[in-house]
Amino acid sequence: MLAVDNISFGYSSSSDLLKSLSFAVNKGDVVCLLGPNGAGKTTLLRCLLGILKTRTGSVRVKGRKIGAIPARELAGYMAYVPQATTMVFPHRVLDMVVMGRTPHIGFTAGPSDDDLAIATEALAKLGIVHLADCLFSQISGGERQLALIARALTQRAELLIMDEPTSSLDYGNQVRILQVIDNLAEQGYSIIMTSHFPNHAFLLCNKVLIMKNGTITAFGSPDEVVTDSILSELYTTRVRIFEIEVGKSKTMKVCIPVLV
Amino acid sequence: MANIPMPTRQVDELGAHGSAGGGGALVRLQLEGCEGVRKRKSCVGMLKSSIMLIVLLMVFFGSFLIGRYPVSPDMVVAIIVSKVIALPQVWTDTMETIVLKIRLPRIMAALLVGGALSVSGAAYQNLFRNPLVSPSILGASWGAGFGAVLGMILHLSWIWVEGLAFVCGLVAVFCALTISSYFGNKATISLVLAGIVVSAFFQALVSALKYLADPMNTLPEISFWLMGGLSKVKSQDVICSVLPVIVPIVVLYGLRWKINVLSVGDEEAQTLGINVRRTRLVVLVCATLLAAAATSIGGIIQWVGLLIPHTARMVFGANFTRVLFASLVLGATYLLMMDNLSRSIATLEIQVGILTALIGAPFFVFLLARAKRGWG
Repeated sequence: MLAVDNISFGYSSSSDLLKSLSFAVNKGDVVCLLGPNGAGKTTLLRCLLGILKTRTGSVRVKGRKIGAIPARELAGYMAYVPQATTMVFPHRVLDMVVMGRTPHIGFTAGPSDDDLAIATEALAKLGIVHLADCLFSQISGGERQLALIARALTQRAELLIMDEPTSSLDYGNQVRILQVIDNLAEQGYSIIMTSHFPNHAFLLCNKVLIMKNGTITAFGSPDEVVTDSILSELYTTRVRIFEIEVGKSKTMKVCIPVLV
Repeated sequence: MANIPMPTRQVDELGAHGSAGGGGALVRLQLEGCEGVRKRKSCVGMLKSSIMLIVLLMVFFGSFLIGRYPVSPDMVVAIIVSKVIALPQVWTDTMETIVLKIRLPRIMAALLVGGALSVSGAAYQNLFRNPLVSPSILGASWGAGFGAVLGMILHLSWIWVEGLAFVCGLVAVFCALTISSYFGNKATISLVLAGIVVSAFFQALVSALKYLADPMNTLPEISFWLMGGLSKVKSQDVICSVLPVIVPIVVLYGLRWKINVLSVGDEEAQTLGINVRRTRLVVLVCATLLAAAATSIGGIIQWVGLLIPHTARMVFGANFTRVLFASLVLGATYLLMMDNLSRSIATLEIQVGILTALIGAPFFVFLLARAKRGWG
């Protein structure tokens, strides 16, 4: 579905932030990007979305280079969930969410009643329909993140690209967002997300991509890739992974730091 | 497009009974509740729009009554209607001349200039994602100012002065665009800086021309024009400026949704399916045409293009579709009222630019006070 072939990127030609990355995402995959600050995770996402132009190599969606796909069509294949930001203008939540319908709205038209209904439905699916008429700038961080996910859902794209969906959220909201992402994955969406929490990989993902200094150091299933040694090296800090029992004959792995 | 199927229906259908956690009935109930709220909201919106339009109409007809020569309201209506349907003439020829040849052009000019400045300001503000941007941000006003002053010094006929103002306004913005593209693609900040530079440059040229101007005749004329006013407007000017005002407004209306989406930021807008570069360019050109057209008729009238879009957002919310419409109507009404004041408040006429600045500056303080709670 998404094939990344040998891409490099740098803002100046002398130093590359991304160095010859290659990987593929299949339909239904939930990929977690792990890596320390400055590893190039967000830069990679921006290259995948076509916001940044890669210096070499190609990003292909369903076999076509993204550079050759018009923005409007590309938005029908992949949707971006940015980190919840503040807005300059006081948009209502519903107005914000219905912006996701843009690739489906005619060239000189505005959103129709159907589009508004789709946006309201997306809000309802995420349990925040009561916020429809609130101002986007006045709802909480967790609610904003949900609204941005709702916006991405209205795009009806199969691939969701999320930039640290749980960043700066309290514990309850983090779990809520993870639950939402898990449900979306079950519904058949493919998801690429960045995270600072290795546990997210165990909770949600079937693939983990580990990045350091602009290169991929490991790519595979969480069990193969998220190990004591790899994480300890990645974050240059001691990390241990334990297997714990959750319910009857069900185990899951957790990752905890070791303080000395 | 053909070889790539659109996202599968599976996703949609599964989505319908998805994550809300078995609350299907609850969701439906919430949706219906929301529908009711939305209907009520749209009723309130309709009411506000109607009030706005009625006020505009009242101010429009009321404006014919203001002036030295008294014309009664029924006469005004009769004279205007007689242009559409043949009516027996019960008014004097002087009345007809005053209503149609003197007051009508001026009223139309005020409507056009007010509407154009406000829509231009609204578009620029969304484009730069900055609510403090005014139509003169890229140098259109001072470019046009330079053109007009040059025309006056060369003693060209008034319609050529306006034409020159329009062209120079566009040239100034073109200079700003060229300078900013020379500095690379960090669009917003380099564009604003280039606009400041170009404005300053043309302002200096205006000063140079004023210095050269004949202090007895031309210099006062220039000074009055730079203050901004509509006293010199003839029907010919209005007719010439109708197209440069209407066409950009129609184009902006066509792009209203894209402009709305641009307000979330260029990168997000691109991932939402907007061709950002092309849309920005078209909006920039349209907003500039409006600013140059308005300045060429009315001189440098400040604050209207900054304050009216704010007022529109305060009343109708941030959705650009509504902001565009409300800015047009409110801007036209506001400048017409100001122009009426300017020609009736004292025995001699006060330039309308002075009044808009006198009212605009305190109003801006009010906006700043509100700004703590988010721009709206």
